Amino acid sequence: MKFGVVVFPGSNCDHDAYYACKKIMGQDAVFLWHKEADLKGVDAVILPGGFAYGDYLRCGAIARFSPVMKEVARFAAAGGTVLGICNGFQVLLEAGLLPGVLLRNSSLRFVCKYVRLRVENTATRFTNRCSPGEVLALPVAHGEGNYFTDPATLRRLEEEGRIVFRYCDASGVPSPEANPNGSLAGIAGIINEEGNVLGMMPHPERAVDPVLRNTDGQKLFASIIGSFHSGDPALVPDTAGRDAVPG
Amino acid sequence: MTVFIARIRVTLRPSILDPQGKAVQHAIASLGAGSVSDVRIGKYIEAKIDAPSESDARRTAEEVCRKLLANPVMEDYTFEIAGVE
Repeated sequence: MKFGVVVFPGSNCDHDAYYACKKIMGQDAVFLWHKEADLKGVDAVILPGGFAYGDYLRCGAIARFSPVMKEVARFAAAGGTVLGICNGFQVLLEAGLLPGVLLRNSSLRFVCKYVRLRVENTATRFTNRCSPGEVLALPVAHGEGNYFTDPATLRRLEEEGRIVFRYCDASGVPSPEANPNGSLAGIAGIINEEGNVLGMMPHPERAVDPVLRNTDGQKLFASIIGSFHSGDPALVPDTAGRDAVPG
Repeated sequence: MTVFIARIRVTLRPSILDPQGKAVQHAIASLGAGSVSDVRIGKYIEAKIDAPSESDARRTAEEVCRKLLANPVMEDYTFEIAGVE
């Protein structure tokens, strides 16, 4: 499977995403420069974290006008798999590929720590390797991750199972204390109606290498790869196990 | 064509929490100005617009605000169009 990692000026998690796809998951991966209007035949697109265009005006607002984003929108409309992580999630919202906005964290602080997420929907191409209600530990690092939308949209997201990840405590219970940014309904990640575009604030690509003791992020990549191929791609052995998760 | 100047204000919608405004309000209170309340922080944008008429300039400003400068989910905008000397 071939992953394409979009590189905006200011992206800074692009190499992590590339590394996760190529070195850890053993897939083909290419970078897609924001000025390129060619997706190079990729099977999935990752919009990585960072500060595209310096977060000028609003996070993701300028990135949306990049030539590559026209192609990403076309790719998504044709059912292509698109994963937006952190700043990539902000870009997806600004581009209108997902509903809502991400406001400044309610604490006013940049949060950089491990959080726990409950997998709310395992019937997606991004989470089919997770068990229902499974709790993942993934790092977050953002200043604007406070998801907000109007009540009607929130109701639809809830009813249609499109809230894929919710912040929770270690036992899987969502609470204001477990919510690092004040996000509405504890939302950490949502999916579009068609189920092929997912945006999330936490960083799965930063939790894939066994050397770093936590490989929970591999489940997302394995889900994507697994839904693309007919066979099951073996997960890289988690040498340390879940007990070793820092934070 | 005439050059017009657009003076654009983008503000958070009333229903949106403005933590920055809140923090500034706390600072103002620390300053001793306890009578100040409801501090909201927004953006001010100035741009020149080349247009055949004021109404054309207005239309352009409207479109730019709607499509880029403000995100309607969380922001409102207002603008004035004036001629340039």
